[in-house]
Amino acid sequence: MWQLETVLLIFLVVAALLSLKVKDLLSASMIFGMYSFVMCLLWAAMGAVDVAFTEAAVGAGVSAVFFIATVYNTKRRSSD
Amino acid sequence: MRLFALIAVFITGGLLLYGTADFPAKGDPHSPANAGVPGTGPSISQYFVTETYNDSKVPNMVTAVLADYRGYDTMFETVVIFAAGMAIFAILRVVKGGRNPGTGIHHRLDKDSSGNGDHYDIIVGTTCKLLIPVIQLFSLYVIAHGHYSPGGGFQGGVILGASFILYAMATNLKASLARFSEQRFMSLACIGILIYAGFGFLSQFLQKNFLEYGVLQKVLLTDGPEMARSHSMLGVEVGVAFTVTAIMFAIYANLSSAGDLENGKGL
Repeated sequence: MWQLETVLLIFLVVAALLSLKVKDLLSASMIFGMYSFVMCLLWAAMGAVDVAFTEAAVGAGVSAVFFIATVYNTKRRSSD
Repeated sequence: MRLFALIAVFITGGLLLYGTADFPAKGDPHSPANAGVPGTGPSISQYFVTETYNDSKVPNMVTAVLADYRGYDTMFETVVIFAAGMAIFAILRVVKGGRNPGTGIHHRLDKDSSGNGDHYDIIVGTTCKLLIPVIQLFSLYVIAHGHYSPGGGFQGGVILGASFILYAMATNLKASLARFSEQRFMSLACIGILIYAGFGFLSQFLQKNFLEYGVLQKVLLTDGPEMARSHSMLGVEVGVAFTVTAIMFAIYANLSSAGDLENGKGL
């Protein structure tokens, strides 16, 4: 399934660049969660199910919540 | 300066890409990691694939490598999680007054709604009431089934911690702290590490190496060292799950209330 992996890899790069570009920190953390989820799909496609599971739980799940909880402690919009 | 940074990033990225060209192809059976170095014995991955089940009766070799063959490594991975939680505790936690009160996500949510610290919403509340038991049951399955299927202490612990976070979001922080108080999650985080290290010291006490589970058959009363290794893996996974659950909730509780573990009452 190299076609699916190529699409996912392109999506991964787009999500990574977007999360750096977006000024709104809340959207940036959501996009970062999306990045983690695509990464999780890629791990699963490579057959590393344990790593994919960890990535889904830690990367896409809890760390997005932590980021959002942190954004509320700062200003919502980034200046750079 | 920005241009310089851009050039530096491109050069570093180019060097990294150049370095990956030396890697063997994905799944290449003739790479040294898979086929071994000619003239020596079988490679380590061949050993894991063929001998894991004979060594410890654990079908999921990823867990066997994680919790047994490199158990020392995983123990300090758990300590890293613990240290991260302690660092956040040390930086954020304020006992009285507060550094900048009222800036946490819970303060804001509570201020926006009724003002008495309770932002209970019937749709969110009912959904969470239905979902949380399922999530917790699934996390216990992931922990207990870690050596038969993908999963284990880290993943299950994160899911269990996330269920408490969900409860805090659906009701309020105080309600979840009433069920899982600070004293309780802090001691649970320490107990997890002590369980893991306890398995190590127990095998050392029985005159073997640290975390050499096979010798624990005398304590666990299993038939043969293989089952002792399997059961010890379950034991250390439970220890990891304790620490990870507690630390995940501790991080959330401290981050979301800016360290005072209070609702937005009276702000």
